[in-house]
Amino acid sequence: MTAGNDAVIEARDVSLTFQTADGPVHALKDVNLTINRGDFVSFIGPSGCGKTTLLRSIAALEYPTGGTLTVNGMTPDEARQKRAYGYVFQAAGLYPWRTIAGNIRLPLEIMGYSRAEQKDRVERVLELVELSGFGKKYPWQLSGGMQQRASIARALAFDADILLMDEPFGALDEIVRDRLNEEVLKLWARTEKTIGFVTHSIPEAVYLSTKIVVMSPRPGRITDIIDSPLPKERPLEIRDSRDFIEIAHRVRDGLRAGHGDGV
Amino acid sequence: MRSVLPVLTVIAAILLIWYVAAVGMNAQWARDQAARAGVEIGWSEIAVDAMRQERPVLPAPHQVALEFWRLTWTEEVEGRRGIVQSGSLSNRSLVYHALVTLSATGLGFLIGAGFGILLAIGIVHNRAMDRGVMPWAIASQTIPIVAIAPMIIVVLNSVGVSGVLPKAVIAAYLSFFPVVVGMVKGLRSPDAMQTDLLRTYNAGAMQGLGKLRFPASMPYLFASLKVGVAASLVGTIVAELPLGGAGLGTRLLAGSYYGQTIQIWATLIAAALLAAAMVGAVGMVQRVTLRRMGMAR
Repeated sequence: MTAGNDAVIEARDVSLTFQTADGPVHALKDVNLTINRGDFVSFIGPSGCGKTTLLRSIAALEYPTGGTLTVNGMTPDEARQKRAYGYVFQAAGLYPWRTIAGNIRLPLEIMGYSRAEQKDRVERVLELVELSGFGKKYPWQLSGGMQQRASIARALAFDADILLMDEPFGALDEIVRDRLNEEVLKLWARTEKTIGFVTHSIPEAVYLSTKIVVMSPRPGRITDIIDSPLPKERPLEIRDSRDFIEIAHRVRDGLRAGHGDGV
Repeated sequence: MRSVLPVLTVIAAILLIWYVAAVGMNAQWARDQAARAGVEIGWSEIAVDAMRQERPVLPAPHQVALEFWRLTWTEEVEGRRGIVQSGSLSNRSLVYHALVTLSATGLGFLIGAGFGILLAIGIVHNRAMDRGVMPWAIASQTIPIVAIAPMIIVVLNSVGVSGVLPKAVIAAYLSFFPVVVGMVKGLRSPDAMQTDLLRTYNAGAMQGLGKLRFPASMPYLFASLKVGVAASLVGTIVAELPLGGAGLGTRLLAGSYYGQTIQIWATLIAAALLAAAMVGAVGMVQRVTLRRMGMAR
Protein backbone atom coordinates (compact mmCIF):
# COMPACT_ATOMS: atom_id res chain seq x y z
CA MET A 1 0.00 0.00 0.00
CA THR A 2 1.52 3.26 -1.02
CA ALA A 3 0.56 6.53 0.50
CA GLY A 4 -0.37 9.52 -1.57
CA ASN A 5 1.68 12.67 -1.42
CA ASP A 6 -0.91 14.11 0.87
CA ALA A 7 -0.29 11.70 3.72
CA VAL A 8 1.07 13.62 6.69
CA ILE A 9 0.95 10.94 9.34
CA GLU A 10 1.20 7.25 8.53
CA ALA A 11 0.97 4.39 10.99
CA ARG A 12 1.67 0.82 9.85
CA ASP A 13 1.13 -1.99 12.38
CA VAL A 14 2.16 0.30 15.19
CA SER A 15 2.32 -1.41 18.57
CA LEU A 16 3.42 -0.09 21.91
CA THR A 17 3.88 -2.25 24.98
CA PHE A 18 4.67 -0.83 28.41
CA GLN A 19 6.58 -3.14 30.73
CA THR A 20 5.08 -2.81 34.18
CA ALA A 21 5.50 -4.68 37.44
CA ASP A 22 2.28 -6.56 36.69
CA GLY A 23 3.53 -7.68 33.28
CA PRO A 24 3.33 -6.07 29.84
CA VAL A 25 0.51 -3.66 29.03
CA HIS A 26 -0.46 -3.48 25.35
CA ALA A 27 -1.25 0.22 25.01
CA LEU A 28 -1.37 -0.03 21.20
CA LYS A 29 -1.66 -3.07 18.98
CA ASP A 30 -1.47 -3.19 15.17
CA VAL A 31 -2.61 0.35 14.58
CA ASN A 32 -2.95 1.28 10.88
CA LEU A 33 -3.91 4.81 9.99
CA THR A 34 -3.28 7.45 7.36
CA ILE A 35 -3.90 11.11 8.09
CA ASN A 36 -3.90 13.42 5.11
CA ARG A 37 -2.98 17.08 4.90
CA GLY A 38 -5.80 19.25 6.14
CA ASP A 39 -7.64 16.44 7.91
CA PHE A 40 -9.31 16.99 11.24
CA VAL A 41 -8.96 13.61 12.91
CA SER A 42 -10.56 12.74 16.23
CA PHE A 43 -9.46 9.81 18.35
CA ILE A 44 -12.29 8.59 20.53
CA GLY A 45 -12.59 5.72 22.95
CA PRO A 46 -12.85 4.84 26.62
CA SER A 47 -9.91 5.50 28.92
CA GLY A 48 -7.11 3.02 28.44
CA CYS A 49 -7.79 2.59 24.72
CA GLY A 50 -4.47 4.14 23.79
CA LYS A 51 -5.79 7.29 22.10
CA THR A 52 -3.50 9.56 24.10
CA THR A 53 -0.62 7.12 23.68
CA LEU A 54 -1.11 7.18 19.92
CA LEU A 55 -1.10 10.99 19.88
CA ARG A 56 2.00 11.07 22.11
CA SER A 57 3.70 8.58 19.79
CA ILE A 58 3.05 10.87 16.85
CA ALA A 59 4.62 13.67 18.92
CA ALA A 60 7.62 11.46 19.82
CA LEU A 61 6.75 11.71 23.49
CA GLU A 62 6.34 7.92 23.50
CA TYR A 63 8.14 5.42 21.30
CA PRO A 64 6.27 2.55 19.61
CA THR A 65 7.78 -0.87 20.25
CA GLY A 66 6.67 -2.23 16.87
CA GLY A 67 5.60 -1.15 13.38
CA THR A 68 6.44 2.07 11.59
CA LEU A 69 5.16 5.53 12.24
CA THR A 70 6.04 8.49 10.04
CA VAL A 71 5.27 12.17 10.35
CA ASN A 72 5.84 14.28 7.22
CA GLY A 73 7.76 11.27 5.87
CA MET A 74 10.20 11.33 8.80
CA THR A 75 10.39 9.47 12.06
CA PRO A 76 8.41 11.21 14.81
CA ASP A 77 11.68 12.14 16.51
CA GLU A 78 13.02 13.86 13.39
CA ALA A 79 9.70 15.60 12.93
CA ARG A 80 9.84 16.81 16.52
CA GLN A 81 13.34 18.13 15.99
CA LYS A 82 12.06 19.97 12.91
CA ARG A 83 9.26 21.36 15.08
CA ALA A 84 6.61 19.89 12.82
CA TYR A 85 3.73 20.09 15.29
CA GLY A 86 2.20 22.10 18.07
CA TYR A 87 0.86 20.17 21.02
CA VAL A 88 -2.00 21.15 23.30
CA PHE A 89 -2.20 19.23 26.55
CA GLN A 90 -5.18 18.29 28.71
CA ALA A 91 -4.49 21.18 31.04
CA ALA A 92 -3.43 24.57 29.75
CA GLY A 93 -0.06 24.20 31.49
CA LEU A 94 0.78 27.88 31.23
CA TYR A 95 3.85 28.89 33.19
CA PRO A 96 2.52 30.91 36.14
CA TRP A 97 5.50 33.29 36.17
CA ARG A 98 4.92 34.36 32.58
CA THR A 99 2.17 36.61 31.30
CA ILE A 100 -0.15 35.26 28.62
CA ALA A 101 1.99 36.95 25.98
CA GLY A 102 5.10 35.61 27.69
CA ASN A 103 3.72 32.09 27.58
CA ILE A 104 2.93 32.34 23.89
CA ARG A 105 6.40 33.77 23.33
CA LEU A 106 8.00 30.74 25.01
CA PRO A 107 8.27 28.50 21.92
CA LEU A 108 9.31 31.51 19.83
CA GLU A 109 12.16 32.32 22.23
CA ILE A 110 13.31 28.70 22.21
CA MET A 111 13.18 28.54 18.43
CA GLY A 112 15.12 31.76 18.09
CA TYR A 113 12.65 34.11 16.46
CA SER A 114 13.64 37.78 16.46
CA ARG A 115 12.04 40.10 18.98
CA ALA A 116 10.01 41.95 16.38
CA GLU A 117 8.83 38.66 14.90
CA GLN A 118 7.89 37.39 18.36
CA LYS A 119 5.79 40.48 19.01
CA ASP A 120 3.99 40.20 15.67
CA ARG A 121 3.22 36.54 16.09
CA VAL A 122 2.01 36.88 19.67
CA GLU A 123 -0.40 39.59 18.62
CA ARG A 124 -1.58 37.60 15.64
CA VAL A 125 -2.33 34.38 17.51
CA LEU A 126 -3.90 36.24 20.44
CA GLU A 127 -6.32 37.70 17.93
CA LEU A 128 -6.80 34.28 16.38
CA VAL A 129 -8.04 32.83 19.69
CA GLU A 130 -9.89 36.05 20.57
CA LEU A 131 -7.68 36.99 23.49
CA SER A 132 -6.46 40.34 22.17
CA GLY A 133 -5.82 42.67 25.07
CA PHE A 134 -5.12 39.86 27.53
CA GLY A 135 -1.42 39.56 26.70
CA LYS A 136 -0.29 41.35 29.84
CA LYS A 137 -2.44 39.28 32.23
CA TYR A 138 -1.06 36.43 34.25
CA PRO A 139 -2.61 32.97 33.79
CA TRP A 140 -4.34 32.97 37.19
CA GLN A 141 -6.22 36.11 36.16
CA LEU A 142 -7.96 34.19 33.34
CA SER A 143 -10.77 31.63 33.40
CA GLY A 144 -10.06 28.00 32.58
CA GLY A 145 -11.49 28.35 29.08
CA MET A 146 -9.38 31.43 28.37
CA GLN A 147 -6.28 29.67 29.67
CA GLN A 148 -6.90 26.77 27.32
CA ARG A 149 -7.36 29.20 24.42
CA ALA A 150 -4.03 30.76 25.35
CA SER A 151 -2.40 27.34 25.28
CA ILE A 152 -3.84 26.78 21.79
CA ALA A 153 -2.43 30.15 20.76
CA ARG A 154 0.95 28.99 22.11
CA ALA A 155 0.79 25.91 19.88
CA LEU A 156 -0.15 28.05 16.86
CA ALA A 157 2.52 30.69 17.36
CA PHE A 158 5.18 28.91 15.35
CA ASP A 159 4.85 27.50 11.88
CA ALA A 160 3.88 23.90 12.49
CA ASP A 161 1.47 22.38 9.98
CA ILE A 162 0.21 19.85 12.48
CA LEU A 163 -1.73 20.60 15.62
CA LEU A 164 -2.07 17.77 18.13
CA MET A 165 -4.63 18.24 20.89
CA ASP A 166 -5.03 15.85 23.80
CA GLU A 167 -8.50 16.30 25.31
CA PRO A 168 -7.95 20.04 25.42
CA PHE A 169 -11.46 20.82 26.63
CA GLY A 170 -11.93 17.82 28.91
CA ALA A 171 -11.86 19.89 32.09
CA LEU A 172 -14.22 22.61 30.86
CA ASP A 173 -17.97 22.86 31.24
CA GLU A 174 -20.24 22.09 28.31
CA ILE A 175 -21.16 25.68 27.42
CA VAL A 176 -17.54 26.80 27.22
CA ARG A 177 -16.67 23.61 25.40
CA ASP A 178 -19.31 24.27 22.71
CA ARG A 179 -17.95 27.73 22.09
CA LEU A 180 -14.35 26.54 21.95
CA ASN A 181 -15.34 23.75 19.57
CA GLU A 182 -16.79 26.34 17.20
CA GLU A 183 -13.62 28.40 17.53
CA VAL A 184 -11.40 25.42 16.83
CA LEU A 185 -13.33 24.75 13.63
CA LYS A 186 -12.89 28.36 12.57
CA LEU A 187 -9.21 28.18 13.39
CA TRP A 188 -8.86 25.01 11.39
CA ALA A 189 -10.58 26.64 8.40
CA ARG A 190 -8.39 29.74 8.63
CA THR A 191 -5.04 28.04 9.22
CA GLU A 192 -5.58 24.88 7.11
CA LYS A 193 -3.59 22.85 9.59
CA THR A 194 -3.81 19.11 10.03
CA ILE A 195 -5.35 18.44 13.41
CA GLY A 196 -5.24 15.36 15.63
CA PHE A 197 -7.76 15.64 18.45
CA VAL A 198 -8.22 13.23 21.34
CA THR A 199 -11.61 13.24 23.04
CA HIS A 200 -14.01 11.02 24.91
CA SER A 201 -17.07 12.98 23.84
CA ILE A 202 -19.03 11.56 20.91
CA PRO A 203 -20.76 14.86 19.94
CA GLU A 204 -17.42 16.67 20.07
CA ALA A 205 -15.75 14.10 17.84
CA VAL A 206 -18.58 14.08 15.29
CA TYR A 207 -18.96 17.84 15.28
CA LEU A 208 -15.28 18.58 14.70
CA SER A 209 -13.89 15.81 12.55
CA THR A 210 -13.47 14.91 8.94
CA LYS A 211 -12.25 11.53 10.14
CA ILE A 212 -13.20 9.78 13.36
CA VAL A 213 -10.96 7.04 14.71
CA VAL A 214 -12.82 4.80 17.16
CA MET A 215 -10.57 2.90 19.55
CA SER A 216 -11.05 0.28 22.22
CA PRO A 217 -8.93 -0.92 25.13
CA ARG A 218 -7.04 -4.07 26.17
CA PRO A 219 -5.21 -4.11 23.86
CA GLY A 220 -5.51 -0.53 22.56
CA ARG A 221 -6.60 -0.81 18.93
CA ILE A 222 -8.64 0.86 16.21
CA THR A 223 -12.10 -0.64 15.77
CA ASP A 224 -13.51 1.75 13.19
CA ILE A 225 -12.44 4.67 11.03
CA ILE A 226 -15.30 6.90 9.90
CA ASP A 227 -14.94 9.50 7.14
CA SER A 228 -17.45 12.17 7.96
CA PRO A 229 -19.79 13.32 5.17
CA LEU A 230 -20.57 16.54 7.02
CA PRO A 231 -19.73 19.76 5.14
CA LYS A 232 -16.72 21.80 6.17
CA GLU A 233 -18.96 24.65 7.25
CA ARG A 234 -20.59 23.50 10.48
CA PRO A 235 -22.93 25.64 12.54
CA LEU A 236 -23.72 24.25 16.02
CA GLU A 237 -27.23 23.36 14.76
CA ILE A 238 -25.73 20.71 12.53
CA ARG A 239 -25.77 18.51 15.59
CA ASP A 240 -29.52 18.03 15.10
CA SER A 241 -29.17 16.91 11.47
CA ARG A 242 -29.79 13.36 10.31
CA ASP A 243 -26.21 12.89 9.08
CA PHE A 244 -24.80 13.96 12.40
CA ILE A 245 -27.02 11.58 14.36
CA GLU A 246 -26.19 8.71 12.04
CA ILE A 247 -22.45 9.21 12.49
CA ALA A 248 -22.87 9.50 16.23
CA HIS A 249 -24.71 6.16 16.14
CA ARG A 250 -21.93 4.55 14.20
CA VAL A 251 -19.35 5.86 16.65
CA ARG A 252 -21.39 4.54 19.56
CA ASP A 253 -21.71 1.15 17.85
CA GLY A 254 -17.97 1.08 17.30
CA LEU A 255 -17.31 1.83 20.94
CA ARG A 256 -19.78 -0.86 21.98
CA ALA A 257 -18.28 -3.48 19.64
CA GLY A 258 -14.83 -2.73 21.04
CA HIS A 259 -16.06 -3.36 24.53
CA GLY A 260 -17.83 -6.57 23.62
CA ASP A 261 -20.91 -5.43 25.50
CA GLY A 262 -22.91 -2.31 26.30
CA VAL A 263 -20.87 0.74 27.18
CA MET B 1 -4.40 44.27 65.42
CA ARG B 2 -5.92 40.89 66.20
CA SER B 3 -2.48 39.30 66.14
CA VAL B 4 -1.13 41.62 68.87
CA LEU B 5 -2.87 39.91 71.78
CA PRO B 6 -1.59 36.38 71.09
CA VAL B 7 1.93 37.69 70.53
CA LEU B 8 1.86 39.67 73.79
CA THR B 9 0.47 36.65 75.63
CA VAL B 10 3.31 34.44 74.43
CA ILE B 11 5.92 37.06 75.35
CA ALA B 12 4.38 37.49 78.79
CA ALA B 13 4.42 33.72 79.32
CA ILE B 14 8.07 33.49 78.28
CA LEU B 15 9.07 36.33 80.61
CA LEU B 16 7.14 34.79 83.49
CA ILE B 17 8.80 31.39 83.03
CA TRP B 18 12.16 33.13 82.66
CA TYR B 19 11.78 35.08 85.94
CA VAL B 20 10.61 32.01 87.86
CA ALA B 21 13.51 29.99 86.46
CA ALA B 22 15.96 32.80 87.31
CA VAL B 23 14.83 32.81 90.94
CA GLY B 24 15.06 29.04 91.13
CA MET B 25 18.49 28.77 89.53
CA ASN B 26 20.08 31.70 91.33
CA ALA B 27 18.68 30.70 94.74
CA GLN B 28 21.59 28.44 95.69
CA TRP B 29 24.13 31.25 95.37
CA ALA B 30 21.94 33.58 97.44
CA ARG B 31 21.60 30.90 100.14
CA ASP B 32 25.35 30.20 100.11
CA GLN B 33 26.09 33.90 100.54
CA ALA B 34 23.59 34.12 103.40
CA ALA B 35 25.01 31.01 105.06
CA ARG B 36 28.51 32.45 104.88
CA ALA B 37 27.22 35.65 106.50
CA GLY B 38 25.47 33.54 109.10
CA VAL B 39 21.91 34.62 108.33
CA GLU B 40 18.76 32.76 107.40
CA ILE B 41 16.92 34.09 104.36
CA GLY B 42 13.43 33.33 103.08
CA TRP B 43 12.11 33.10 99.52
CA SER B 44 11.22 36.79 99.36
CA GLU B 45 14.82 37.80 100.01
CA ILE B 46 16.10 35.13 97.65
CA ALA B 47 13.80 36.45 94.91
CA VAL B 48 15.10 39.99 95.34
CA ASP B 49 18.72 38.86 95.39
CA ALA B 50 18.25 36.58 92.38
CA MET B 51 17.36 39.62 90.28
CA ARG B 52 20.52 41.58 90.97
CA GLN B 53 23.40 39.16 91.18
CA GLU B 54 26.49 40.12 89.24
CA ARG B 55 27.15 36.69 87.83
CA PRO B 56 23.87 34.83 88.04
CA VAL B 57 23.46 31.30 86.69
CA LEU B 58 20.50 32.64 84.75
CA PRO B 59 20.25 36.43 84.45
CA ALA B 60 16.80 37.96 84.74
CA PRO B 61 15.31 39.40 81.52
CA HIS B 62 15.64 43.02 82.65
CA GLN B 63 19.34 42.47 83.47
CA VAL B 64 19.90 41.13 79.94
CA ALA B 65 17.94 44.02 78.45
CA LEU B 66 19.92 46.63 80.40
CA GLU B 67 23.23 44.98 79.48
CA PHE B 68 22.19 44.86 75.84
CA TRP B 69 21.32 48.56 75.97
CA ARG B 70 24.60 49.37 77.73
CA LEU B 71 26.65 47.45 75.15
CA THR B 72 24.92 49.04 72.17
CA TRP B 73 23.36 52.48 72.60
CA THR B 74 25.18 53.64 75.74
CA GLU B 75 28.57 52.41 74.53
CA GLU B 76 28.29 53.98 71.10
CA VAL B 77 26.49 57.21 71.95
CA GLU B 78 27.88 58.10 75.35
CA GLY B 79 31.05 56.03 75.62
CA ARG B 80 34.47 57.59 75.07
CA ARG B 81 35.27 55.03 72.37
CA GLY B 82 31.80 55.06 70.82
CA ILE B 83 31.07 56.25 67.30
CA VAL B 84 29.72 59.59 68.47
CA GLN B 85 32.88 60.66 70.27
CA SER B 86 35.63 58.73 68.45
CA GLY B 87 34.16 58.48 64.98
CA SER B 88 34.52 54.71 64.88
CA LEU B 89 32.57 51.86 66.45
CA SER B 90 33.76 50.86 69.92
CA ASN B 91 35.35 47.41 70.07
CA ARG B 92 33.44 46.82 73.29
CA SER B 93 30.05 47.33 71.68
CA LEU B 94 27.88 44.57 70.31
CA VAL B 95 27.21 46.70 67.23
CA TYR B 96 30.84 46.40 66.20
CA HIS B 97 31.01 42.67 66.86
CA ALA B 98 27.68 42.03 65.19
CA LEU B 99 28.92 43.80 62.04
CA VAL B 100 32.07 41.69 62.03
CA THR B 101 29.96 38.55 62.32
CA LEU B 102 27.52 39.84 59.71
CA SER B 103 30.23 40.35 57.10
CA ALA B 104 31.54 36.80 57.50
CA THR B 105 28.01 35.41 57.60
CA GLY B 106 27.00 37.30 54.48
CA LEU B 107 30.07 36.23 52.54
CA GLY B 108 29.70 32.64 53.71
CA PHE B 109 26.04 32.65 52.81
CA LEU B 110 26.75 33.90 49.29
CA ILE B 111 29.43 31.25 48.80
CA GLY B 112 27.26 28.52 50.31
CA ALA B 113 24.10 29.46 48.42
CA GLY B 114 25.98 29.78 45.11
CA PHE B 115 27.73 26.47 45.65
CA GLY B 116 24.45 24.86 46.69
CA ILE B 117 22.63 26.09 43.58
CA LEU B 118 25.41 24.89 41.26
CA LEU B 119 25.50 21.53 42.99
CA ALA B 120 21.72 21.19 42.67
CA ILE B 121 21.87 22.00 38.95
CA GLY B 122 24.54 19.33 38.55
CA ILE B 123 22.54 16.78 40.53
CA VAL B 124 19.41 17.39 38.48
CA HIS B 125 21.16 17.18 35.12
CA ASN B 126 23.72 14.45 35.71
CA ARG B 127 22.92 10.93 36.82
CA ALA B 128 26.39 10.31 38.18
CA MET B 129 26.21 13.45 40.29
CA ASP B 130 22.72 12.52 41.42
CA ARG B 131 24.02 9.22 42.74
CA GLY B 132 27.43 10.40 43.87
CA VAL B 133 27.10 13.84 45.40
CA MET B 134 24.06 13.65 47.65
CA PRO B 135 25.49 11.04 50.07
CA TRP B 136 28.59 13.21 50.56
CA ALA B 137 26.49 16.31 51.09
CA ILE B 138 24.50 14.49 53.76
CA ALA B 139 27.67 13.06 55.33
CA SER B 140 29.17 16.54 55.49
CA GLN B 141 26.32 17.65 57.71
CA THR B 142 26.59 14.73 60.13
CA ILE B 143 30.07 15.86 61.21
CA PRO B 144 29.78 18.17 64.24
CA ILE B 145 30.73 21.63 63.08
CA VAL B 146 32.54 22.40 66.36
CA ALA B 147 34.85 19.48 65.59
CA ILE B 148 35.66 20.40 62.03
CA ALA B 149 35.73 24.19 62.30
CA PRO B 150 39.14 24.48 64.03
CA MET B 151 40.65 22.06 61.49
CA ILE B 152 39.35 24.08 58.56
CA ILE B 153 40.81 27.23 60.11
CA VAL B 154 44.19 25.56 60.70
CA VAL B 155 44.32 24.14 57.19
CA LEU B 156 43.34 27.44 55.57
CA ASN B 157 45.81 29.36 57.74
CA SER B 158 48.62 27.04 56.71
CA VAL B 159 47.97 27.88 53.05
CA GLY B 160 47.94 31.57 53.89
CA VAL B 161 44.20 32.20 53.97
CA SER B 162 43.16 34.20 57.00
CA GLY B 163 40.85 37.02 57.96
CA VAL B 164 37.19 36.83 57.06
CA LEU B 165 37.50 33.97 54.59
CA PRO B 166 38.02 30.99 56.96
CA LYS B 167 34.93 32.06 58.89
CA ALA B 168 33.00 32.45 55.66
CA VAL B 169 34.06 28.97 54.52
CA ILE B 170 32.67 27.43 57.69
CA ALA B 171 29.49 29.47 57.32
CA ALA B 172 29.24 28.24 53.72
CA TYR B 173 29.84 24.67 54.89
CA LEU B 174 26.67 24.83 56.95
CA SER B 175 24.53 26.90 54.59
CA PHE B 176 25.03 25.08 51.28
CA PHE B 177 23.19 21.98 52.42
CA PRO B 178 19.65 23.30 52.85
CA VAL B 179 20.07 25.15 49.55
CA VAL B 180 21.08 21.94 47.74
CA VAL B 181 18.14 20.03 49.17
CA GLY B 182 15.64 22.81 48.45
CA MET B 183 16.97 23.53 44.97
CA VAL B 184 17.03 19.88 43.88
CA LYS B 185 13.40 19.65 44.95
CA GLY B 186 12.60 22.95 43.24
CA LEU B 187 14.38 22.15 39.97
CA ARG B 188 12.47 18.86 39.86
CA SER B 189 9.15 20.48 40.69
CA PRO B 190 7.88 21.01 37.08
CA ASP B 191 5.39 18.27 36.25
CA ALA B 192 5.59 15.87 33.33
CA MET B 193 3.32 18.03 31.20
CA GLN B 194 5.50 21.12 31.58
CA THR B 195 8.65 19.19 30.64
CA ASP B 196 6.85 17.42 27.78
CA LEU B 197 5.86 20.82 26.45
CA LEU B 198 9.51 21.83 26.16
CA ARG B 199 10.25 18.50 24.48
CA THR B 200 7.69 19.27 21.79
CA TYR B 201 9.65 22.48 21.11
CA ASN B 202 12.83 20.41 20.95
CA ALA B 203 14.32 22.65 23.66
CA GLY B 204 17.78 21.85 25.00
CA ALA B 205 18.69 21.14 28.60
CA MET B 206 19.98 24.66 29.17
CA GLN B 207 16.75 26.17 27.80
CA GLY B 208 14.80 23.83 30.04
CA LEU B 209 16.82 25.06 32.99
CA GLY B 210 16.50 28.73 32.16
CA LYS B 211 12.90 28.83 31.02
CA LEU B 212 11.28 26.20 33.22
CA ARG B 213 13.28 24.60 36.01
CA PHE B 214 14.92 27.68 37.44
CA PRO B 215 11.83 29.91 37.55
CA ALA B 216 9.78 27.01 38.92
CA SER B 217 12.29 26.48 41.72
CA MET B 218 12.06 30.03 43.10
CA PRO B 219 9.62 29.36 45.97
CA TYR B 220 11.75 26.38 47.04
CA LEU B 221 14.94 28.39 46.71
CA PHE B 222 13.75 31.14 49.03
CA ALA B 223 12.49 28.69 51.64
CA SER B 224 15.89 27.01 51.70
CA LEU B 225 17.75 30.33 51.66
CA LYS B 226 16.01 31.29 54.89
CA VAL B 227 17.23 28.10 56.54
CA GLY B 228 20.64 28.57 54.94
CA VAL B 229 21.18 32.11 56.18
CA ALA B 230 20.43 31.08 59.76
CA ALA B 231 22.79 28.11 59.43
CA SER B 232 25.40 30.47 58.04
CA LEU B 233 25.23 32.59 61.20
CA VAL B 234 25.67 29.52 63.40
CA GLY B 235 28.70 28.53 61.34
CA THR B 236 30.29 31.97 61.66
CA ILE B 237 29.79 32.10 65.43
CA VAL B 238 31.26 28.62 65.85
CA ALA B 239 34.21 29.64 63.69
CA GLU B 240 34.78 32.74 65.81
CA LEU B 241 35.11 30.73 69.02
CA PRO B 242 38.65 29.45 68.33
CA LEU B 243 39.69 32.39 66.16
CA GLY B 244 39.58 35.22 68.66
CA GLY B 245 39.73 38.77 67.39
CA ALA B 246 36.29 40.23 66.95
CA GLY B 247 32.79 38.92 66.40
CA LEU B 248 29.84 37.72 68.44
CA GLY B 249 31.37 34.25 68.82
CA THR B 250 34.49 35.77 70.36
CA ARG B 251 32.36 37.79 72.74
CA LEU B 252 30.47 34.67 73.78
CA LEU B 253 33.75 32.91 74.54
CA ALA B 254 35.13 35.90 76.43
CA GLY B 255 31.94 36.06 78.47
CA SER B 256 32.20 32.43 79.43
CA TYR B 257 35.93 32.79 80.35
CA TYR B 258 35.11 35.45 82.89
CA GLY B 259 31.75 34.08 83.96
CA GLN B 260 29.96 37.14 82.58
CA THR B 261 26.63 35.42 82.15
CA ILE B 262 24.74 38.65 81.62
CA GLN B 263 27.09 39.62 78.81
CA ILE B 264 26.71 36.17 77.23
CA TRP B 265 22.96 36.53 77.20
CA ALA B 266 23.12 40.04 75.81
CA THR B 267 25.36 38.71 73.04
CA LEU B 268 22.92 35.90 72.37
CA ILE B 269 20.16 38.47 72.00
CA ALA B 270 22.33 40.33 69.51
CA ALA B 271 22.90 37.10 67.55
CA ALA B 272 19.17 36.36 67.55
CA LEU B 273 18.34 39.85 66.30
CA LEU B 274 20.98 39.52 63.60
CA ALA B 275 19.52 36.19 62.46
CA ALA B 276 16.01 37.63 62.45
CA ALA B 277 17.17 40.62 60.39
CA MET B 278 18.89 38.39 57.82
CA VAL B 279 15.95 36.01 57.49
CA GLY B 280 13.74 39.08 57.17
CA ALA B 281 15.97 40.47 54.43
CA VAL B 282 15.76 37.20 52.49
CA GLY B 283 11.99 37.33 52.95
CA MET B 284 11.88 40.82 51.47
CA VAL B 285 13.92 39.77 48.44
CA GLN B 286 11.54 36.83 48.10
CA ARG B 287 8.47 39.04 48.12
CA VAL B 288 9.90 41.43 45.55
CA THR B 289 11.12 38.62 43.29
CA LEU B 290 7.91 36.61 43.39
CA ARG B 291 5.83 39.72 42.82
CA ARG B 292 7.92 40.59 39.79
CA MET B 293 7.44 37.05 38.52
CA GLY B 294 3.69 37.41 38.97
CA MET B 295 3.67 34.54 41.45
CA ALA B 296 2.51 36.53 44.46
CA ARG B 297 -1.22 37.11 44.35
